[in-house]
Amino acid sequence: MKSQVVRVESFSASFGEHRILKNINLSIPKDKVTAIMGPSGCGKTTLIRCMNRMHELIPDAQVTGKMFLYDEDIYSMNPILVRRKVGMVFQRPNPFPTMSIYDNVIAGYKLNGIKLPKTEQDSIVEDALRKSALWDEVKDALHRKGTFLSGGQQQRLCIARTLAMKPEVLLLDEPTSALDPKATSHIEELIVELKKSVTIILVTHNIAQAARVSDFTAFLYLGELVEFGPSKKLFTVPEDKRTEEYLTGKFG
Amino acid sequence: MIQEKIFQNTLYISAFCVVALLIAIFCTLLHASFPAIKEFGMHFVYGKVWDPVSGEFGALPFLVGTLLTSFLALIISIPFSLAIAILLGEYLKKGVVATVLKSAVELLAGIPSIIYGFWGLFVLAPIVRNMEIQLGIIPYGVGILTASLILSIMIIPYSASIGREVIRLVPADLKEAALSLGATRFEMIKKVILPYARSGIFAGILLSLGRALGETMAVTMVIGNSNFLPKSLFSPANTMASVIANEFAEATETLYLASLVEIGLLLFVVTMIINIVGRYIIQKMSVET
Amino acid sequence: MKANNIFVRIIKDRVFKGAAVVFSVLSILPLLFILLYIVKNGIAVINWQFLTELPKPVGEIGGGIANALVGTGILILIACLFSIPLGVAAGIYLSEHRTGKLAYAVRLSAEVLHGIPSIVIGIIAYIWLVVPMGMFSALSGGIALGIMMLPVIVRTTEETLKLVPGTLKEAALALGVPYYKTILKVILPAGLSGVLTGILLSIARIAGETAPLLFTAFGSPFMDVNILKPVNSMPLLIFNYATSPYPEWHALAWGASFVLVVFVLTLNILAKVISRK
Ligand SMILES: Nc1ncnc2c1ncn2[C@@H]1O[C@H](COP(=O)(O)OP(=O)(O)OP(=O)(O)O)[C@@H](O)[C@H]1O
Ligand SMILES: [Mg+2]
Repeated sequence: MKSQVVRVESFSASFGEHRILKNINLSIPKDKVTAIMGPSGCGKTTLIRCMNRMHELIPDAQVTGKMFLYDEDIYSMNPILVRRKVGMVFQRPNPFPTMSIYDNVIAGYKLNGIKLPKTEQDSIVEDALRKSALWDEVKDALHRKGTFLSGGQQQRLCIARTLAMKPEVLLLDEPTSALDPKATSHIEELIVELKKSVTIILVTHNIAQAARVSDFTAFLYLGELVEFGPSKKLFTVPEDKRTEEYLTGKFG
Repeated sequence: MIQEKIFQNTLYISAFCVVALLIAIFCTLLHASFPAIKEFGMHFVYGKVWDPVSGEFGALPFLVGTLLTSFLALIISIPFSLAIAILLGEYLKKGVVATVLKSAVELLAGIPSIIYGFWGLFVLAPIVRNMEIQLGIIPYGVGILTASLILSIMIIPYSASIGREVIRLVPADLKEAALSLGATRFEMIKKVILPYARSGIFAGILLSLGRALGETMAVTMVIGNSNFLPKSLFSPANTMASVIANEFAEATETLYLASLVEIGLLLFVVTMIINIVGRYIIQKMSVET
Repeated sequence: MKANNIFVRIIKDRVFKGAAVVFSVLSILPLLFILLYIVKNGIAVINWQFLTELPKPVGEIGGGIANALVGTGILILIACLFSIPLGVAAGIYLSEHRTGKLAYAVRLSAEVLHGIPSIVIGIIAYIWLVVPMGMFSALSGGIALGIMMLPVIVRTTEETLKLVPGTLKEAALALGVPYYKTILKVILPAGLSGVLTGILLSIARIAGETAPLLFTAFGSPFMDVNILKPVNSMPLLIFNYATSPYPEWHALAWGASFVLVVFVLTLNILAKVISRK
């Protein structure tokens, strides 16, 4: 097994004329948490949406450069396969309101038209809910609609939904920004637990959060990758002036 | 301040007038159809004979004609309007094709119904007549089928625009979640959008039905105006609206006029209920999202 | 999770999209046919005489639609006079009173009025105006059309005025401008293009209406500007000529259809242009 899961090579992305990402080079290490930080609008969301080819769903969106998942070129793979291998959790919890909790977890299979025997489905659901630390809270309500859950529970349900597809990489886009501190610490514990089995890329605004859970950190500024390295180093002795200013809150 | 007071009162009275207008319309219809209601009671809706000469008025042929044409038109139009709604709401959000399609649909909605009727009479009816000759049935050309075809063309833009509105109400993050799990757009539409938008789509169909029920001129011109119960889809018939259009100006006896007004009253009540229910469902859906 | 499975699914997706495109194109084909047909048959009869002369009896060559043009103008004018002041005032009321029983009732009534079949409006105008006056008249037809315009104007006025920022109103009030002047001189002008758009769209909606005129304006072969007498209108003329047995009249009806379609589409485009501003 290689130790680099996602490799980004001279990658740029834009919306029409507006260039968002400028010549990014980056390698995401396997089974680690990599945090992506930077001021609002610097292109964090865009970067991870490029990794599972969600970026191209927006009209006018373009990319140049290369991205690899292991040795496969993401942009010559089928986007459907990419998205299944590179799962994504969104900023705001978005469980499917028309489906039960159970159906939400298994939704990836249903949506992909994959038919599985009932027992196998059951075990996938249980496994995913256990991994996302939600099992004990919902095991008696599996067939109720997921909308009655609290925000934090809904977000963990969305994580379970993504984990059920057994992705290689889990993209988390500010997964806690819509949650209260307690739910946030729950998700953070979960992230640390999950990295044993899946590579995690975490977009966050919260410097303390990045410091708490990530092994590596990338700092983006105005669409450029300013600095990338082990979090311990980046947070203590940043190489670039801009990183330091951001960490010390000088960007406002 | 006196102007202030006048201004406030003008607004208040105007608003009140809108409500009063509706109530007055209802009361007028009820009052003017009273002789027929008193004379025929419930028999009015299941009486099969409509004979102004002998003074017998049963509206069943028109109820059947209305329901047949409207439902047929609805069934014919659903695949088309759903296709437009999905294409514009999901696949083509921008670009030349989307603009052209959207403008064409708006244009279709803007053409007066008299013109649809005229075209139907001179272009569509002969086509249906040829078909009937091929099939070996009496070639009227005009009749239920022709009326349904014209109606379906007329309601497509209306139901397509409601459909698009409803599909747009489905939150974007749900669509993205489905796509990020590796679903194709088709699978996302089938398993996320349609279930979510189900009630709204139902409301759209209901509102389109309301439209079709009351459509008058185009139908009047191509339905053949026969006051007998239609025997087949090719028979000439009359709808509630078309019989009023045809006979109202010549109805002089009280009972005859009252019977026609009662048909108008029925149309009013049915479309009112349909509109209130349909709008309520869509409103509920947009509040939830 | 086999690769061929994905292939099948993508094919399905393509087929579905293809079907949606095909059905959409099919449903705008009638539009092309209708427009083509009207242009083809209509343009041939249109000339100066057609627009300025009165209809001629059967058998005589020529004749025009002047009286229908004037009649439609009169009917629209009456409809506007009835519906615009009332509708705009009610719309202002709604935008100023977002909640409350009357506002709720007005919204519901406008919704229901909008959905009433036009033929029923014709019956109403007949009972209210034609019967008491003892004859068909432009007035009754105009009022019938006005009732149809009303809900559109109420709704568009409300919606546009709601979009005017509340700070604008507060700014005016804070300057000591009285409430009614604030509304009339600040809020209404700020939403003017929207209100105008609504008016144009509602005129487009009624310009082609025939059903409510059948037994109100009734139609007439003469040029008459007396609003207490029957008048002709474009859609009535099309209806009467189209359902007549004479080919010469059919030709005139195509010409009139062409003029009517051009008029209605122009209004729609005008409305769009104004709402863009
Ligand atoms: N759909 C879109 N169309 C056009 N431009 C967009 C679109 N989405 C984002 N952008 C632009 O792309 C830039 C980067 O956006 P992105 O969402 O990647 O930033 P971000 O770093 O995730 O910010 P935040 O921390 O606020 O989430 C922004 O300048 C934004 O205006
Ligand atoms: Mg973001």
